[in-house]
Amino acid sequence: MSAALQTLNMTRILPGPVPVTLIEHANLSIGKGEFVAITGPSGSGKSSLLYLLGLLDRPTEGSVMLEEKETSHLGSGELARLRLAKLGFVFQFHFLLPEFSVLENVMIPMRKLGRLSGDAMKTKAMRLLKSLGMEGEARKRPEQLSGGQRQRAAIARALANDPLVLLADEPTGNLDSKNAHNVFEIFRGLAEDQGQTVVVVTHDPHLSEHTHRQIHIVDGRIVDA
Amino acid sequence: MRLIAEIAATHLTHRKRQSIVSILGVAMGVGFFIGMAALMQGFQTYFVSKIIDVWPHIIMKDEYRLPSLQPAQRQFPQGAVALHGLKPVEELRGIRDGKAVIAALNRIEGIHAAPTMRTQAFMRYGAKDVSATLVGIDPELERQVSQLERDLKVGSLNELHTAANGVILGEGLAAKLGVEAHNIITVVSPAGVILKMQVVGIFRTGITTIDNFDSYTLLKKAQILANRPNVINQIRIRLRDVGNARVVASSIESRYGYRTEAWEETYENVLGIFVIQNGIMYSSVGAILIVAAFGIFNIISTIIHEKTRDIAILKSIGVAELDIRLIFLLEGLAVGMIGTVLGWALGHALVEILASIRFNIEGFVRAEGFILNESPYHYLIAAGFALISSSLAAFLPARKAARLDPVDILRGAA
Ligand SMILES: Nc1ncnc2c1ncn2[C@@H]1O[C@H](COP(=O)(O)OP(=O)(O)O)[C@@H](O)[C@H]1O
Ligand SMILES: [Mg+2]
Repeated sequence: MSAALQTLNMTRILPGPVPVTLIEHANLSIGKGEFVAITGPSGSGKSSLLYLLGLLDRPTEGSVMLEEKETSHLGSGELARLRLAKLGFVFQFHFLLPEFSVLENVMIPMRKLGRLSGDAMKTKAMRLLKSLGMEGEARKRPEQLSGGQRQRAAIARALANDPLVLLADEPTGNLDSKNAHNVFEIFRGLAEDQGQTVVVVTHDPHLSEHTHRQIHIVDGRIVDA
Repeated sequence: MRLIAEIAATHLTHRKRQSIVSILGVAMGVGFFIGMAALMQGFQTYFVSKIIDVWPHIIMKDEYRLPSLQPAQRQFPQGAVALHGLKPVEELRGIRDGKAVIAALNRIEGIHAAPTMRTQAFMRYGAKDVSATLVGIDPELERQVSQLERDLKVGSLNELHTAANGVILGEGLAAKLGVEAHNIITVVSPAGVILKMQVVGIFRTGITTIDNFDSYTLLKKAQILANRPNVINQIRIRLRDVGNARVVASSIESRYGYRTEAWEETYENVLGIFVIQNGIMYSSVGAILIVAAFGIFNIISTIIHEKTRDIAILKSIGVAELDIRLIFLLEGLAVGMIGTVLGWALGHALVEILASIRFNIEGFVRAEGFILNESPYHYLIAAGFALISSSLAAFLPARKAARLDPVDILRGAA
């Protein structure tokens, strides 16, 4: 199994009068097709780790490799290009652009990547929304949706460019238990039925126990991978 | 690229009222510039074309630019010579060999020259007593150097020959005296000569100072009045190509030594006022555009502040810093462009309104309304100013937006 994401002795320290160590000497390898949970207490550094894995943040030391390629020497434009083509993010809060419809939101990454024709983008976005039970909401604005629907729209957007890795930061954290369960089922379906590589941050043990593997961190250190 | 433009558009429509205010700010700057430029340049080019039209392009005067050197200074050109109690010699005024100079000038291709004897005079008619400038001319040569004949409202140049003591008055001067054609006026010169003269013509050039003070008679009569027979004290020169006036004037001056002024020098004070006028126009329009630029800076900063979360989303999706910067630059540019187009309309309307106003003024020139010159260059200059200032105003906030760290924003929101 080839590695989708790897970290090598990765450390992230926030500089300042009192430097804060967010992640310390993390060595990780996430294979293609793996369904991984990052768990740990609040403030332990789960989000920080996810930002580093998602090439949103840069390590202070060590490195992150995407598909076994070093990323530390890349410029911000090249990192943005990698995020666009290879990674998809879902956050705890839905983070949709409020002025665009659900369909338009899903199409943003496709349009930025520019590999498909306009019609093909639309067809693909509709297919994604349909697979998430959202075809009826395609023309609606985010504010017209329920919390669970917003999160499903965000998942559709994260999947827009067929990412190598789907990264989610407590995607169910802001949902009631029924919606949380639905969203988690979506992730599991993606991972198990479609072989999508998924890394999900959660502190909910119910969710994490259904993943293939749990990475547990405490105080910025990986204690159990 | 379409995506970037769409996002920029949603931001501006989201802050509709503020956007409209910024756009109006730009529109005002552009509109006023166009209106004022049309007004200023209209008047200025009209004045200049009038001057070039009615006035000789070059005038040679019977004076020297520099006082002549004293013998002691000539003897010791390098020495420090101090002379006290000097009295300049009273020289006989007048251009020496004036006739020969005129003949020589007239032989040059593209140059016409005519002699004049210019003197001050008091004109009396009834109880009125008006001071005027009397210019003695040779009508045949004068036709070559000015448009006096064309500007005559009443009478003709030839009547100077046929009448006994013919004089042609400027319209304003005639009005001050209260005379009409064929009236006889009394002319008194500083030399003490008194002449009864018959008004044989009245002219109007449109240039107030000329119409209010100048009068013409035959060269000989002016020489009699000034008590200086055969003297010429000014040579009027007209060029085929007025653009060369300065160059030709200085080459004539260096050849003959007499002070020779191109029309630009004669009307230097007026042209200087034009420079100041233009300076005032540019700075007041500049001030409006600076205010507009602050408006744009303000709205874009506000949008960025409101939309930090959206910026983080876009960055996490993989929209590059350059694109983010472009979004906000585009917003500034859009405000600038919409403002420019509105400003063009406003400016055009302003020019139309100014053009429709009718009134009589008597400034440098006489006019029945504003003289306007609406030029496509004004529209382009205004657009250039507006677009440059709006992009500059957007530049700083756009750069700040592009540099926002999505991780900071995500941490703050989570
Ligand atoms: N900008 C910051 N300044 C100081 N401390 C920070 C900052 N950002 C995060 N931290 C600290 O870093 C630690 C890790 O944060 P985070 O990765 O968000 O943890 P988690 O997602 O596991 O709750 C926390 O203790 C948090 O307080
Ligand atoms: Mg977190």
